[in-house]
Amino acid sequence: MWLIMTALAAVITTVIWYVKAPEDKYKLGLLSFIFWGATLMWVIDHVMAYLVEGGEFFEINLDATLLGISVIIIGLFVWMIVLLVSDPKGVLKRVLKG
Amino acid sequence: MACFLVPMGEAIVTTVVQKVVENKEKKVGGKETTKTRLSWSRKLSWLNKLLWGGTILLAFEHIWHGEIVPWPPFLTAMENPADVAPMLHEVATIGVGMAIFVTIVWGIIVMIAELKAKAMPEAKVEPVVGGE
Repeated sequence: MWLIMTALAAVITTVIWYVKAPEDKYKLGLLSFIFWGATLMWVIDHVMAYLVEGGEFFEINLDATLLGISVIIIGLFVWMIVLLVSDPKGVLKRVLKG
Repeated sequence: MACFLVPMGEAIVTTVVQKVVENKEKKVGGKETTKTRLSWSRKLSWLNKLLWGGTILLAFEHIWHGEIVPWPPFLTAMENPADVAPMLHEVATIGVGMAIFVTIVWGIIVMIAELKAKAMPEAKVEPVVGGE
């Protein structure tokens, strides 16, 4: 389930990035790369596990759904930290200057 | 178990390579190192973002599943000698597979970006993928 949710997040952020491109003031390119990186890795993980162990390709249950939501939150959190540190609008600079 | 360690290792290497290439490009005076306007440091930054993003989220998934703990030896598979061999096997198969797959996809992105950039008139070249 977390693969589906992360892939969906990757597609949505890529579409938003494309709509705003070439401007990328808020680093949406970074956010989509974060989600795409995880999606690609989990695709391999799921395919290998399916080929070796068999069973269901997608794990669909409450735990997997909660993991999917948490993964998206972590991705957004990492992006937010990078955004605040780089401070493209200079908001933090102005706040700290008083 | 610890499959994300391979992409993480690759990410560390490519981050160092990107920094070295970036410094070289600055010394050259901002000139592009390729035939198009896409510098290698920029292309490598896409790979780094893919690898680090995937590594962070996969590490979180491993914490969620109890495969990583905040105390030594950090990987629960290391606590039991019987689990070490399957863990190394997983690293060698799934981990390497992940790193190769991400690198191949990055290669395709770079190839498409290069082709698009080459097709554009020099004055109108715009960023094709990602920021910075």
